[in-house]
Amino acid sequence: MLKIKDLTVNVGTKEILKGLNLEVNAGEIHAIMGPNGAGKSTLSHVLSGKSGYEVTGGSITYNGKNLLEMPAEIRAREGVFLAFQYPVEIAGVTNVYLLKAALNAVRKHKGLSEVDAMDFLTLVKAKTKALEMDEKFLYRAVNEGFSGGEKKRNEILQMAMLEPQLCILDETDSGLDIDALRIVADGVNALRAENRSFIMVTHYQRLLDYIKPDFVHVLADGKIVKSGGAELALELEEKGYGWLEQA
Amino acid sequence: MSISWLDDIRTQAKNQFEKTGFPASNLEDWRYTNVSAIAKKEFSVAKFVEDVDFDAVESGSAFHFVFVDGYFREELSNLPESITICSINDALKNHANLLQSKFNQAIQQSHGFIDFNTANFTDGLFVHIPKNTILEKPLQIIHIATQAAILPTRHVVILEANAKAELIEMFVSPEKYAYLTNSVSEIFVGENADLTLYKVQQEGENAYHFGGTYVQQADNARFTHHNFALGSLLARSDIVSDLETAAECELNGLYLGSKNQHLDNLTRINHLQPNGISREFYKGILNDQAKGVFQGRIVVAENAQKIDSQMNNRNLLLSNEAEIDTKPQLEIYADDVKCAHGVTVGQLDEKSIFYLQSRGIDEETAKHILTFAFANEMVDRVTFEPLKVQLAALLAVRYPMD
Ligand SMILES: Nc1ncnc2c1ncn2[C@@H]1O[C@H](COP(=O)(O)OP(=O)(O)OP(=O)(O)O)[C@@H](O)[C@H]1O
Ligand SMILES: [Mg+2]
Repeated sequence: MLKIKDLTVNVGTKEILKGLNLEVNAGEIHAIMGPNGAGKSTLSHVLSGKSGYEVTGGSITYNGKNLLEMPAEIRAREGVFLAFQYPVEIAGVTNVYLLKAALNAVRKHKGLSEVDAMDFLTLVKAKTKALEMDEKFLYRAVNEGFSGGEKKRNEILQMAMLEPQLCILDETDSGLDIDALRIVADGVNALRAENRSFIMVTHYQRLLDYIKPDFVHVLADGKIVKSGGAELALELEEKGYGWLEQA
Repeated sequence: MSISWLDDIRTQAKNQFEKTGFPASNLEDWRYTNVSAIAKKEFSVAKFVEDVDFDAVESGSAFHFVFVDGYFREELSNLPESITICSINDALKNHANLLQSKFNQAIQQSHGFIDFNTANFTDGLFVHIPKNTILEKPLQIIHIATQAAILPTRHVVILEANAKAELIEMFVSPEKYAYLTNSVSEIFVGENADLTLYKVQQEGENAYHFGGTYVQQADNARFTHHNFALGSLLARSDIVSDLETAAECELNGLYLGSKNQHLDNLTRINHLQPNGISREFYKGILNDQAKGVFQGRIVVAENAQKIDSQMNNRNLLLSNEAEIDTKPQLEIYADDVKCAHGVTVGQLDEKSIFYLQSRGIDEETAKHILTFAFANEMVDRVTFEPLKVQLAALLAVRYPMD
């Protein structure tokens, strides 16, 4: 599904990603861990098409296509979804409006008709309920005045509505209380499917107790420096990252 | 018809206008707006025309008072019966004393457009709402322009104590050619009375517009204004209010300029007595080579203690060639007051655009969604639902979102 080869990325003149390799197949869950400033969000942003990053080398192939050539909105319509580490507040645009506009954009791209207004409401209410969110959130401006945890939950609501193929979760677990973490994890698990893959950036083993990854990678200084199975996360929890750099 | 008290006022105004003409840009209040193009057009005052080729206005939710080229058209109107309402020419005959006692009383400082109006108005609206009377539906005052001429109208609106009303001024034209609307309103909001006034300026694309609204608020009177400046080539709007004790004034505004439009908004809130409250919020969006002007001044007189006043002006500049001159001013002579003002001028937020794109929405639509949202904040303040719907639809045409 996704193949990242020797990816190098600059911000300004500073090299942030320094030859990153990663392959994600359909149905897999990959966890990416690593110290602050290693480049995890940079990778997430580059995958989703955010401007301000200069790809100086390497390639990203998504479903056989060159992902780097696609504008951000096309990536989204093709099924790439980023749950932001810091979701943006958008005054004056309600959640329900965004959800409908986004869903219709994706449907149109797939050659489907616009979603029926009643069907949409039924769907969005069901998803809201599944994430134990108050329906009132639908009619509030996107993320405006939401608490940190509410914002993260709202990202998962959008993800659940759009049913993407490649879900990138950038520290979705940070800022969630214990109950919210379980609810969000249930939401993610409910989305698991044969043709859907996940990249989860996290600092904590706790999330991985709920969503068991197939692979765990350590991203340090712009590269994947170690990969392993779910047990690698436990090892990292115990030892930190220092031993990797020495190795 | 000749009425001596009015003749005197008109002659004086005529002489003054002959001396000074339309305001020159060396005057402080006119430094951002050059109106010399209007004088060069050599318009004459509009003539009455019998035939009107204009769709009848949808009635039902509001009363209507219709002007065509500055002349009241009773046959197109639909008037309330609970209040006194007639053309200013009728009022000169039938309500002469009341009219004389109010005429020119709300205007503290005149200028060329007002002088011209006083000297030349063809017609106007006279409204008198008696004590304790609530106008049951909003009154829509519709100005339709169909001639390449000057359309001067003069209006006097009086709300007695505890009266309540909603008025909507609309300026429209089916035509593309140049004309000058010149509309001057004097408004008297009595003790504890409550007036909401909407202005929707949708003049033709080559039109010039001057609209001046001069308000006197008695003790505890409430005045709420919503100013939507959408049309015309060059428009200037004056909103001036004088507040007595514990009066409340709320001024909202939205100016949307594109192409080479020039939209100038001047407001003055004069707190003359203590305990008044004023809230002012103007927003502007300027595209292409459009130019916006916001000149807001709040004056708190020496004995006007305990004033609570806020003024805000926020602007979106959506092109490199668009321009805004914004000048909020607080002039405070009292010492125990709570006054604040703020201005912002900016572009659309890149992070927000990207956020929407990351959800599958293309960049142009994302920008329209954010621009619509910025403008719609002012439309949301409209409490008369049919007008709110109409304005939101206008925004959606400007900033298409699908
Ligand atoms: N616009 C920018 N200008 C300058 N430096 C930047 C910019 N964006 C990112 N960086 C730098 O790139 C490095 C990687 O940042 P990134 O946000 O990808 O880290 P991260 O691995 O997600 O860290 P964290 O775990 O703290 O979220 C950091 O040193 C950061 O300061
Ligand atoms: Mg990060």
